[in-house]
Amino acid sequence: MLSYTLKRIAIAIPTLLVLIVVSFVLMHAAPGGPFTAERQLPPEVLANLNAKYGLDQPLWRQIVTYVWNIVSAFDFGPSFVYKDRTVNQIIAQGFPITLTYGLLSFAVAVIAGVSLGVVAAIRHNSAVDYAAVGVSIGAQVLPNFVMAPILVLVFTLWLGWLPGGGWQGPEYWIMPVIALSTSFMASIARITRSSMLEVLTSNHIRTARAKGLPERRVILRHALKPAMLPVISYLGPAFVAMITGSVVVDIYFSTGGIGKAFVDSALNRDYAVMMGVTILVGALTIAFNLVVDILYGWIDPKIRY
Amino acid sequence: MSLLTIKDLSVTFDGEDGPVHAVNNLSLSIDKGQTLGIVGESGSGKSQTAFSIMGLLASNGRTSGSVVFDGQELLGATQKQLNQLRARRIAMIFQDPMTSLNPYMRISDQMTEVLRLHKGLSKTDALAECVRMLDAVKIPAAAERIRLYPHEFSGGMRQRVMIAMSLLCRPDLLIADEPTTALDVTVQAQIMDLLNDLQREFGMATILITHDLGVVAGFCERVLVMYGGRVMEEAPTDPLFETPTHPYTRGLLGAVPRVDDEDAIMTAIPGNPPNMAAPPEGCPFRPRCDFAGEDCRVMPPLVPFDGDRARACHRPVAEVAA
Repeated sequence: MLSYTLKRIAIAIPTLLVLIVVSFVLMHAAPGGPFTAERQLPPEVLANLNAKYGLDQPLWRQIVTYVWNIVSAFDFGPSFVYKDRTVNQIIAQGFPITLTYGLLSFAVAVIAGVSLGVVAAIRHNSAVDYAAVGVSIGAQVLPNFVMAPILVLVFTLWLGWLPGGGWQGPEYWIMPVIALSTSFMASIARITRSSMLEVLTSNHIRTARAKGLPERRVILRHALKPAMLPVISYLGPAFVAMITGSVVVDIYFSTGGIGKAFVDSALNRDYAVMMGVTILVGALTIAFNLVVDILYGWIDPKIRY
Repeated sequence: MSLLTIKDLSVTFDGEDGPVHAVNNLSLSIDKGQTLGIVGESGSGKSQTAFSIMGLLASNGRTSGSVVFDGQELLGATQKQLNQLRARRIAMIFQDPMTSLNPYMRISDQMTEVLRLHKGLSKTDALAECVRMLDAVKIPAAAERIRLYPHEFSGGMRQRVMIAMSLLCRPDLLIADEPTTALDVTVQAQIMDLLNDLQREFGMATILITHDLGVVAGFCERVLVMYGGRVMEEAPTDPLFETPTHPYTRGLLGAVPRVDDEDAIMTAIPGNPPNMAAPPEGCPFRPRCDFAGEDCRVMPPLVPFDGDRARACHRPVAEVAA
């Protein structure tokens, strides 16, 4: 298991390198640049700016320099647009916020989704089951850019319970977490329910019942683990979708998270920030998929790495 | 007093195309330490009979009649009451050892939980007892192999594990539902020998459910022949094999391949088992029976004869057995 993990980490390095090169090339292939504006800068000024940020160099050299700076000094360069800030600073400021409500949303989605799915499966074809299925379908079709303004309308404008935006304490976390987690919770609930229903008809569950185990133990000890396998394979893509989904949440709730910086950098053609956030999300994706694979091996003894 | 008495048990499943009567008015009884075989083709209702004793019927199954175990009525008993009996007093082993063990748990965890729950043993005591039981079912190097997962065992070994697990609490009644069907012929013989030895050693009453008359011959004192959800014939094993008195039993015996007599012709019973969603009127064997007449459109009752035998057929014994 340890050697497998190390191997996966070793593979992550070339993967990230490919990610960097492809993003870099694509970014530069698009017409325009960070200093393109409606009012054209004088050519001399533009030349000086390009020279300062190394944009006059051939692309391969820019890539090599960029990667070297990251490897040697963990330096993602200066922002091209915010003159007094580096990419490291922008990420250090926004990422903890995104990570906080991202992980919270993730936890809420998993815990609520799995519980809802298990209860629906145990009470199959009862009112509880139909209610759970109804709620999850409703929640799933509600995108977060619809969810967010509704939440603000109800909890901020009508009830006045929660602050409509900002990032100053736990009460500021609630609405972003709800907005981000709801549709994922719904998907997890649906997956859990159907996989639990399937597991409950399997022969080894009949054996567990024949052993006189209380139903609670049959569910928790014998059925839950195998029922979690499809859920876990969903978690990898879900996590990535959550980070990407945080763009909407950042904008609606002015949380100051990394999603906002990502969108702004794309609009401003702020090459350095764009690259920085891309690498960050890429690294998180790789890390999370590794965690998922390790979890898989832990649940299913037939999988040996 | 008998250990288990079943009276007029009927099992019905509510299907989309109307109810399916899987078992009709079945009665049987088994004493402490006795061995009873239930023989029949697929769909004859033998497994559903076993599941109704254990309270393990599918959720769309309904039962009527009475199943009394050691003075306690089991039909309609709560899950809690049943859980007091399951594994502790009535244990069951299943047809398919490849899927009947939990593939995600170590054998040790699956076995010890039985003893810890029912006997309140400590983890170490439970483990030691489980290893002893694995030794008893002749699993080599049991102390190490108990730590393995089911997929690390062969089919025959897994069935041994199932048998060991079912005997942990020294049950009064063991129900073995086609324990050898999914196994190779040589492994089948080993498992039946093992069950035979264990039955003698532990002295539990055993209901052996099978479609294999050969398996019954070497194991059971009495045999119940089922067809289409009904009992066709019931008798002590030896007389049944010597003089089968029901056309279906005769047909079954004729279909057993014989190694000792090369000239013996193996005869198949013509036709197929009945569709239980639309069973034939009267005796379910009527469409395939050589002796059938118009009177067979009414189901004959199970009538005792010869003291300890019973049969459900309108034809006289002399006519069928001849």
